[in-house]
Amino acid sequence: MSSIATNPAAPETLPRRQSRVWRKFRSNKAAVLGGIIVGFFVIVALLAPFLPVPGPAVTDWGAVRQGPSAAHPFGTDEIGRDVMSRMIWGARASLTAGVISVAIAVLIGVPLGVLSGYLRGWTDAAISRVTEALLAAPFLILAIALAAFLGPSLTNAMIAIGLSAVPIFIRLARGQTMAVMTEDYVESARAVGLTHLALITRYILPNIFPPILVQSTLTIATAIIAEASLSFLGLGQQPPAPSWGSMLNVAKNFLEQAPWMALYPGAAIFLVVLGFNLLGDGLRDALDPRDH
Amino acid sequence: MTAILSTRDLRKDFVTAKPLFGEATVVRAVAGVSLDIAEGETFAIVGESGCGKSTLARLLLRLIDPTAGEVWYKGEDLASLPPARLRALRRELQFIFQDPFSSLNPQMTVGALIEEPLRTHGIGTPPERRAKVADLLTRVGLRPEHADRYPHEFSGGQRQRIGIARALASGPSVLIGDEPVSALDVSIQAQVVNLLEDLKQDFGLTLIVIAHDLAVIRHMADRVAVMYLGEVVECGPAADLYANPKHPYTEALLAAIPVASYGARAARTMVEGDPPNPISPPPGCRFHPRCPYATDLCRSERPALTDLGAGRSVACHRAADLSLDGLDDVAQSRTPAARDRFALYARAMADKPHQKSPE
Repeated sequence: MSSIATNPAAPETLPRRQSRVWRKFRSNKAAVLGGIIVGFFVIVALLAPFLPVPGPAVTDWGAVRQGPSAAHPFGTDEIGRDVMSRMIWGARASLTAGVISVAIAVLIGVPLGVLSGYLRGWTDAAISRVTEALLAAPFLILAIALAAFLGPSLTNAMIAIGLSAVPIFIRLARGQTMAVMTEDYVESARAVGLTHLALITRYILPNIFPPILVQSTLTIATAIIAEASLSFLGLGQQPPAPSWGSMLNVAKNFLEQAPWMALYPGAAIFLVVLGFNLLGDGLRDALDPRDH
Repeated sequence: MTAILSTRDLRKDFVTAKPLFGEATVVRAVAGVSLDIAEGETFAIVGESGCGKSTLARLLLRLIDPTAGEVWYKGEDLASLPPARLRALRRELQFIFQDPFSSLNPQMTVGALIEEPLRTHGIGTPPERRAKVADLLTRVGLRPEHADRYPHEFSGGQRQRIGIARALASGPSVLIGDEPVSALDVSIQAQVVNLLEDLKQDFGLTLIVIAHDLAVIRHMADRVAVMYLGEVVECGPAADLYANPKHPYTEALLAAIPVASYGARAARTMVEGDPPNPISPPPGCRFHPRCPYATDLCRSERPALTDLGAGRSVACHRAADLSLDGLDDVAQSRTPAARDRFALYARAMADKPHQKSPE
C-alpha cells in the first residue's frame, strides 16, 4: 500500500470559497457603497417606530408646506405632516414592497424554471411559451394592469409586481438549470442513484443560487420603482399611510411652492435603487466562479 | 468464465433535432456491441476519440438509455429495468469520471460527497457512515480530516481520489472508469492507477476501464476490447492482443504508442487521416478507407466479430491471411516520459508480490 501512503498532503494555502467571495466583495468599493446605502435604509425602516420624529400621519395645521427647519429637517407637506417622518415610514413600504414582491417572483418563478429546465419536453414547451407571452408585455405595464385588476392597495401592488417579475425568474432558473444539468457532477448524482427530488435540492438549487441571488437584488430595485410608480398612480399604498411614490404624487402639485416635498422622496428612491444595483453588480462579480 | 456484466447488440443513436426541411441526422455512437465481462477481471475498452467508448461506458450503467439492446447484470436487464429498481442497483455499479474538476458538486463538502451514496441507499446510521467516510478517505490515501473541506481545495489527483472514494462508498461490485487518469499529470496517473489496482484487490471489484492510453491499459487490463466507430473490432486477453494483433486497426493503435527512436517511429506510421464521420459511416468494413490491407470485399461487405478461439475475436475479413506487427515489450519502445511513469509503476509493484509484475 506504499503507493497510496505516498500521497502528498492537501495544499493548505487555498482559502475557503466563502471567504474568497467575501474578500472580493469587500475589495469592490462600489459594491460596499451599495451595501452601506441599502443597509442604511433597512435600519432606518426597521427603527421607524423608535426614532424621535412625529408620527407620519400627524398633521400640524400651523406648519403647512414649510421649508426645511430645525423642527422639520425635511420640511412639511400640504397638510402639515413632517416629510422626514413620512420618508422614514415610507421606506418601510418601499423596502417591504421590493422584498415581498421579489420573494413572490422567486417562489413562483424558480420552481417553474427548474422544472422546465429539468424535465424539458412538453413541460418546458408549455412553461416557456407562457413565459414568452408574459415577457412580451413590458414589466411596468403588466404590473399596472394587474394592480388595476386586483384593486388599489399595497398588498395587491406587491402581488402585481411579483407576478410581473415571475417570467424573469422562470427564464433565469430554466437556463441555469439546463447549464448545470450538463455538468459531470449531475451525472455523478445519477450514477449514485439519487432520486429526482434529491438531485434537484442538493445539486441543482445550490448551484443555480448565486445568479438567482444577484437577479433578486437587481429586481428589488426595479420592484421599488414599480411600487413607487403604482403608488404615484394611486394603485399602491393608500393615504394616509406614506410611501415615496404617493408622496411624489401629491408633491407634483406643489413643485413650485414646496419643492422639498418632491426632492426628498425622489432622492430616496434614486439612492435606494442605486444601492441595490451596486450591491447586485458587486455580488455578481464576487460570485463569478470564473476567477476563483 | 462467469460473466458479471454482459451486453447484447447494444446500440445508441443520437438524433439531432429535425430541421424545418430535410431529415434529422442520426449518429450511431454505439452500433451493436456484445461483450461479456468476467467477474473480478479488469476489462479495458480502447479506441480513439469519438469511437463511442464513453457512450458505451454510460450505457453499461444506463446513465443514458440505449436505443436498442440489452445489458445483463446478475440476471437483470438494466436496459429495461424500472427506475426504482435501477436506482437500487446503482449501489452495486459505480462510475469514476474522467474530469475530477467537474465531476464533484462544488457546493458539497468532501465528507458529504462520499457519504451521499451511503445516505441514498440507507446504509448505516449517521455515526457509522461518518466512520465509513473516514475509513474510505484513508483507503484512497487522503486524511479523515479532509472530510470537512470542499473539492476546490484539492489538486486534480486528490479530487480523483475523492471521486474513487465516493464510487466505493456503497460497496459496489463493478466499477467503471471513463478515462479515470487521462486528465491527470503523468506522475499522478501512476499513483491513481496503482490505487485502483490495490482497491480492486481489497474490495474484490470488477474493473472496466475506458482509455486511449494503450501503455496504461497494457499495465492494468486482463482483457481488452478495441472499438472503432461504435463497433468492437477486436477483443482478447491483453498480453496476447498486444503481442499478436489480428485487426489492422489494433496494429495501427499499437504502432501509435510513442517510441523513443526516430527511425522506429517513421517506419511504423501507418494510418493517416481522421476517422470517418459517424453520421455517414463508409459501407463495408468501417475501417477500410484508412486500412492499408483493404480489398474489394472489405469495401462492400461488413465483417462480423468472429471467434478465433483462446478468448480472441476479431471483425476483419483478412484476419486469417494477415500477419500483423504487435508489441512484445511495450517497455522497450517508450519515450522518456513514459519510461519514468513505468519506473513509478515498477517501484509500487515491488511491494506487492501478490500481483502480476509490470512488463
